[in-house]
Amino acid sequence: MSIGSILMKPKRFRLIDKAARRHSTVDLSGTIDVLVVGGGNAALCAAIAARRAGATVMLLECAPKALRGGNSRHTRNIRYLHTSGDAHLTGPYLENEFWNDLLQVTGGHTNEKLARLTIRKSASLGEWMKQQGGRFQPPLRGTLHLSRTNAHFLGGGKALMNAYYTTADKLGIKIIYDCEVSDLGFCDGLFSHVIIEEPGGYRKLTAASAVVASGGFQADLSWLKQFWGDSAENFIIRGTPYDKGRVLRKLLDHGAKRVGDPRQCHAVAVDARAPKSDGGIVTRLDCIPFGIVVNSDGQRFYDEGEDFWPKRYAIWGRLVAQQPNQTAYSIFDSKSKGEFMPSVFAAIESDSLRGLAAKLDLSASALEATVANYNKSLRPGKFDPSILDDCATTGLVPPKSHWALPLDTPPFCAYPLRPGITFTYLGVTVNERAQVIMQDDRPVPNMFAAGEIMAGNILGRGYMAGFGMTIGTVFGRIAGKEAARCARG
Amino acid sequence: MLAANVLKEAERVMTICNACRYCEGYCAVFPAMERRLTFSKEDLIYLANLCHDCRACYYACQYAQPHEFDLNVPKSLGELRIETYREFAWPPLFSGLLRRNPLSVGLITALCFMMILLLLIASRGAKALFSAYAGARAFYAVIPYISLVLPITALGFGVLAVLTKQMVSFWRGMGSNISAMTRLQVNLYAVWDVLRLRYLDGGGYGCNYPDDRFSFIRRWLHHLVFYGFMLCIISTGLAGAYHHFLHRYAPYPLWSWPVILGTAGGTILLIGTAGLLYLKMRMDPEPAVLHMLSLDMGFLLLLFLTSLTGMVLLVFRESSAMGSLLAIHIALVVALFATLPYGKFVHAIYRYAALVRNAIERSHVP
Repeated sequence: MSIGSILMKPKRFRLIDKAARRHSTVDLSGTIDVLVVGGGNAALCAAIAARRAGATVMLLECAPKALRGGNSRHTRNIRYLHTSGDAHLTGPYLENEFWNDLLQVTGGHTNEKLARLTIRKSASLGEWMKQQGGRFQPPLRGTLHLSRTNAHFLGGGKALMNAYYTTADKLGIKIIYDCEVSDLGFCDGLFSHVIIEEPGGYRKLTAASAVVASGGFQADLSWLKQFWGDSAENFIIRGTPYDKGRVLRKLLDHGAKRVGDPRQCHAVAVDARAPKSDGGIVTRLDCIPFGIVVNSDGQRFYDEGEDFWPKRYAIWGRLVAQQPNQTAYSIFDSKSKGEFMPSVFAAIESDSLRGLAAKLDLSASALEATVANYNKSLRPGKFDPSILDDCATTGLVPPKSHWALPLDTPPFCAYPLRPGITFTYLGVTVNERAQVIMQDDRPVPNMFAAGEIMAGNILGRGYMAGFGMTIGTVFGRIAGKEAARCARG
Repeated sequence: MLAANVLKEAERVMTICNACRYCEGYCAVFPAMERRLTFSKEDLIYLANLCHDCRACYYACQYAQPHEFDLNVPKSLGELRIETYREFAWPPLFSGLLRRNPLSVGLITALCFMMILLLLIASRGAKALFSAYAGARAFYAVIPYISLVLPITALGFGVLAVLTKQMVSFWRGMGSNISAMTRLQVNLYAVWDVLRLRYLDGGGYGCNYPDDRFSFIRRWLHHLVFYGFMLCIISTGLAGAYHHFLHRYAPYPLWSWPVILGTAGGTILLIGTAGLLYLKMRMDPEPAVLHMLSLDMGFLLLLFLTSLTGMVLLVFRESSAMGSLLAIHIALVVALFATLPYGKFVHAIYRYAALVRNAIERSHVP
């Protein structure tokens, strides 16, 4: 035995074991003021805010510790109001601009009162986050990407979640992992308890008030199938596999007023070789505007160069989902290599279109015909990916409006595409105190919601980078504070 | 030859990281990675040695186990780092010393001790070990000056030559040309990075070391080891100067510069090495490389014992134990220097070369 292997049994190991044992026979007794259901950003913000307001808090996370944090563990930044630039942001971002951005992405599918509340309460959120242990990317170090509107987390969302969990633990919040809530109990219009699943059966857990922050239902394929049919089987879940919407479903069953289109979800085109869930950021593909996209019949189906990629990438999940087998292929040639962010999987390459078709299991003649047709329709132009250039097709259906270069320089490359679902819009209605509203428009006085489960109130459609974190943080804090006040009278 | 599976794993890891880039704020590795689209062997050698093993990226990683990608950047780069230590060890025959490091360090130390002992008994007789001496030149009453200084000086120059040779081959191994390495400005950058251990700050909040909490403790302890070592080197150089130019002979009085600097350096080194040894015993093994740990232990223990015996010698230098203590201390010093190119110390020259390379690359970036 080497010195190393002797030394590899440090005390720390035993400490972890002890901690694990403590969790498995966790003490669920004692009175709880505020019960937080969920373990992502909104849940932690709520738990911390409630604890800081003096309440005793228990947080139930259905994921194991190593996978805690919901979809927040895959996030990168947060958007918040700020009147001037600072170390992490390059300039001011004020209410009017923020509101207009939101109006644009949602097409008006937003509750203005709640949206403006979110925007105003997001003012200088960075400071509060830092007080809870959050860390941001240091300023201007080498090639770092800083933006004006969004502050980037140092190390990303998982690092932020780690920091919040550490703070929560220090504050004395009881955190329980691997704990899934299977139902909620009400009594005289008030929240009374939750039912949690245990190895030996069920257990009832009562609390004076509750915050539900358990996310959407995008990881529940059977739920998605209601709207997408069997094609949902081929969807890739970009984030956590634990967002199955069980609590959301129960809340709706108990009569909570729903918000957001239940059929809608945010989906992008991801690499078809991505893990079934939790693939996160690395499975996204930025190659589409540089070539053509064909379906499994070898046919094009949408304008790949319609607009700048950041404005278009979110429609491609739906587009691919509508194709046979929910599969498509982005095809480009060697001229475009290195023009876009590297992908986690290597492109599939071949020296001929015929060879590429064979590797992709496509009809070679169909692919060759599609490419020949496309090449024939190109009009000369000056290629420039930084502008909406004049390289376009003429007379082709569907057209390619920009960045249309001939596909003629081998090796030919392809990325297989699948729809990757990020989040769903369906949620429960809340008021400005984050109270859950029932179908009779009356709030449940001691039940609050935060995060994705209520984000549809504000972001009813579309997507805005880092705004899910804004809603989660702002409403998490409101819900936590209100729940503590409600519990402590 | 670098192990193919280790290279392949490092390439896999960097390819995934380069599609994510969430960790770019932590250290120099990720911005350097972002300057590339693919990773050649040379690139990976460079990136592996640029990594300071601060581990912040491991705990922040959304793709760490139990995720199916099972990313462990510090571990895969650490494994490759060890491969590079072996690859560039010169003469290649000695690269085996890196394989079973604590054992070989131990054996070499024992060997040095035997040699010193033999030398001593041959020249002064066994009783020199157990007699008290006092006054100037007392050390040389135990070991003759020539037989002490000549071999050690020769060893010192030999080790310096070997380290230089290794650094040059490493530099070539990163795919860089030699002339670029000698530019003053980039060297000043790299020296400044080294002197403040810039990349052990985890983006401003410290390393995740020994566990997932952010802490500056490792950086401070490493500073103690580095500056303690430097003080000891200065003290030794100064003593040499006293001997040759001022004709003042060891042992020196307590309030002389060589003793003050040596004592300060030795004390700092003792605290630093003991602290690092302690941290390593408590560290989270997940992001750690077992083999690297054994290199760390071999080098730190030797450094610790060298400073400890130096301090003990200072305290008991007028007693009859002085002869034995001197023999032990010198044996440790000789073993320490003889194993510098074949143990954890080499991280200093390779890391420095990687930092120079990083400074060159950064200077091309606006």
